[in-house]
Order: sequence, then C-alpha cells, then structure tokens
Amino acid sequence: MNPVAAGPVADVVSAVLMLFGALSCLLGAIGLVRLPDLPARLQAATKPQTLGLSLILLGTALRVELASAVTLVLVVLFQVITAPVISQLVGRAAYRSGGFPDDTLVVDELAEHLPADAVVGDEPDADRHGRD
Amino acid sequence: MGAVFAVVLVMVGVAAALALYRLLRGPSSLDRVVALDVVVVLTLVAAGVYVAYYRDGSNIPLLAAVALVGFVGSTAAARLAVRRERHR
Repeated sequence: MNPVAAGPVADVVSAVLMLFGALSCLLGAIGLVRLPDLPARLQAATKPQTLGLSLILLGTALRVELASAVTLVLVVLFQVITAPVISQLVGRAAYRSGGFPDDTLVVDELAEHLPADAVVGDEPDADRHGRD
Repeated sequence: MGAVFAVVLVMVGVAAALALYRLLRGPSSLDRVVALDVVVVLTLVAAGVYVAYYRDGSNIPLLAAVALVGFVGSTAAARLAVRRERHR
C-alpha cells in the first residue's frame, strides 16, 4: 500500500492540519453552547464544523492510499454542499416558527415577500402562497 | 504522532460533549436539530481520525454513508419541527 505522501514532512503537515481541524471543531462547539440565539448558533454550527472536517480529512488523506484519498475529497465536497442547505432550511423554519427575536434583525427582506397580515410565529396561510 | 492523535481526539470529544449539552438543553427543537447535525459532523471527524491513525482505508465508505444519512435526517427534522411547533 502506497500512501499519498510519505516521510516525516508529510507526517508533520498531516498532524498540523488535524490539530487545526480539531481546534476549529472545538471552537464551533463552544460557540454552539455560548451564543445567545438560534441564528447565531447556526453560524457556529455550520462554518467551523465544515472547516474542521475539511482540515481533518485533508490530514487523513495524506496518510492513506490514493483511491481512499479521492473518496475523502468526495466526503468533504458533500459536506460543503449540504451544510448551507441545512443551515438555510433550519433558519427559514426558525423564522417561520418565531425563533428570531425581532430586535436582533437589521434587515428583514423575507417579511416583504410574506402576506402583509402574516404574523411571524403565527401564519397558518403562509404555506398556501408558496412552498417553503 | 500518537500524542497528536490523543490531543485531537480529546478536543473532538470535548466538542461532542458540548454539542450533546446543547442537544439536551434545547430550548427549541430546531436548536436540537442544529446540535444533532454538529454531532454527526463530529462523528465523521472521529472516524476520519481513526482512518488516519490506523492508515486503514476500508472505513472510508462509512464516512460517505454517514454524511448522506446525516443530511437527510437534518433536513427532515427541520421540516417536521416547524410543522409541529406551529400547532402548539
């Protein structure tokens, strides 16, 4: 079996990548506990976790053979594509169920597209005007 | 190299414990969905560390499968969560 990169330099690079990846994951998890509301926690939950996963799997890819490394790149690519999707879905669901405190929003572009009589957090008709 | 893996695993373990704390505390079910998604990513990270430590590529399809299932689970939970809370 032939690793993608061998030798002490590759080991050091791999170790540094994995340490920074784990640090990013840890900081994201601390943010998940410490930040005050759901939209702020969404930031902490998606971006540092994606960065951490990418760095760790990059460090892993240096230590396995080429075919496995390609699959790891696919896993990273998939995470990079799906994390914003989950973030957007959860954010929209939170908005519609009243999870966003009004005074924390600087701009509220979604409100202009909802029916004028729709109250955030209590909008039984909203789904009929468009898919959410 | 072994010390590096130990440090990495401890950091990931602490991160997972913090995410589980958020998962238990809530307060809303969407907070739990977000926390559960973080736990899934940390599972991927831990499995990646395992692959790196043993240089064993046979577990890598597991990573792809967990990433797929985690995405489907989070999207489904996000949609169901908002529907149930609206009826409250």
